[in-house]
Amino acid sequence: MLEFIAGKYNYWIHVTLMMIGFYAIIAKGNLIKKVIGMNIFQTAVFLFYISISKVKGGTAPIVWDEAVLYNNPLPHVLILTAIVVSVSTTAVALALIIRIYREYGTIEEDEILAMGGERINAQR
Amino acid sequence: MTVPGRDRTTRGHIVGEHVIGRTVAKLLIPFIQLYGFYVIAHGELGPGGGFQGGVILGASIILYTLAFDIEAARKRLSQKVSDLLSSTGVLIYGGIGLLCIAAGGAYLEYGKLPLGDAAFASHLGIYGIEIGVGITVAAVMITIFFETARREDA
Amino acid sequence: MIDLLLLLFLVVCAVVVVQMKDLLSAVIMLGAYSLIMAVVWTRLNAVDVAFTEASVGAGITTMLLIAALSRTKRGEASNNTSDKRLKSSRHQVPALILVLITGAVLIYGTIDMPNFGDPNAPANLHVAPRYIEKSYKETGVVNFVTAVLASYRGYDTLGETTVIFTAGICVVLLLRKNDGASGRKSQR
Repeated sequence: MLEFIAGKYNYWIHVTLMMIGFYAIIAKGNLIKKVIGMNIFQTAVFLFYISISKVKGGTAPIVWDEAVLYNNPLPHVLILTAIVVSVSTTAVALALIIRIYREYGTIEEDEILAMGGERINAQR
Repeated sequence: MTVPGRDRTTRGHIVGEHVIGRTVAKLLIPFIQLYGFYVIAHGELGPGGGFQGGVILGASIILYTLAFDIEAARKRLSQKVSDLLSSTGVLIYGGIGLLCIAAGGAYLEYGKLPLGDAAFASHLGIYGIEIGVGITVAAVMITIFFETARREDA
Repeated sequence: MIDLLLLLFLVVCAVVVVQMKDLLSAVIMLGAYSLIMAVVWTRLNAVDVAFTEASVGAGITTMLLIAALSRTKRGEASNNTSDKRLKSSRHQVPALILVLITGAVLIYGTIDMPNFGDPNAPANLHVAPRYIEKSYKETGVVNFVTAVLASYRGYDTLGETTVIFTAGICVVLLLRKNDGASGRKSQR
């Protein structure tokens, strides 16, 4: 039983982090808080993947003469791409939020929905 | 809207308030850029590569913008140059792939480039695409920062 | 031991970030969260990923969020306003129930996973040994991650570069005002 917990508690903490980010996305009304929650969710998923690649007794995946075992390099490659995609998504989301603020005057989701489509700044 | 922490009247030139920040930025920016180039160039020998080095290079220009004004940074790196640089990196990457087709192999098969034996040609091909990726990432970070941090009335 | 402490510190940081009403403080705490995440990845021997997260997550994301905050509002609306149109407090209990159910399903799914650090896990036996054994001979590059990223999976890296270029174009399209490329005043 103790061995079972010692082998799996990492995954449970990662799932906890994912759920904290998920709660911020769906329960908070502020749009920037939703983007922050999305960032927490994404980094927790990356942590889950990287923990799959760890091998007991392995070193970093760079050729070294005294190494016996190496860590698995394939999840590192996938997560490198995913980190860059996550920052691109955050940049476009924040640009959208700045435009929403310019048009509606607020970034709280409930106030925007209550306005019903009438913009403050109807220039375009 | 002003960037938080800056004086509202920095459209003029307030001397004396920002001396420390500006002097330290002037001292540090060449070293940060040198480190960015080092990280891009040594991507094969250790941790690093195109993305990390490109982000460090972009961060050095962002530091310059934060220490001095945004118009001063625009004078040094105009909008046309940063737009051109962000396309150039992707074109270098795709261009190396097309060169591999012209040399007789598949797309992005570096072993067929006529630069010596297969391992050396592969090494040089990887080096070329890391440079392309670094240029694009640096230019896109600078562009995104300039667009989001601009003042409303500018 | 230190790994467990770092993970618990991450959980505490995440809870603080989500609950804070002052968004500037929340963004600074997100920077600290990214930095601790980079340290955790270094402890797991993922050095390339830690480098990228420290520069991109703790650097660029923090800077972008502060720039966005400077163009919008700094504080979040509180839940006990007297405005009856705001119904954000009605969402919190169903959201919490949904989050707990999703978390329980995910934890039930991890029961069958291989133990942490197992060298005979299926993820470590499929194609990774081929990369580890043959990449130095075939590409001449010492770093396995760069060899896989730039040579074996070069198409994915081309797609990634295109994604970041597209993000730059999208931000320019959304936010740039079309009054001349060099900032001339518009002719209204």
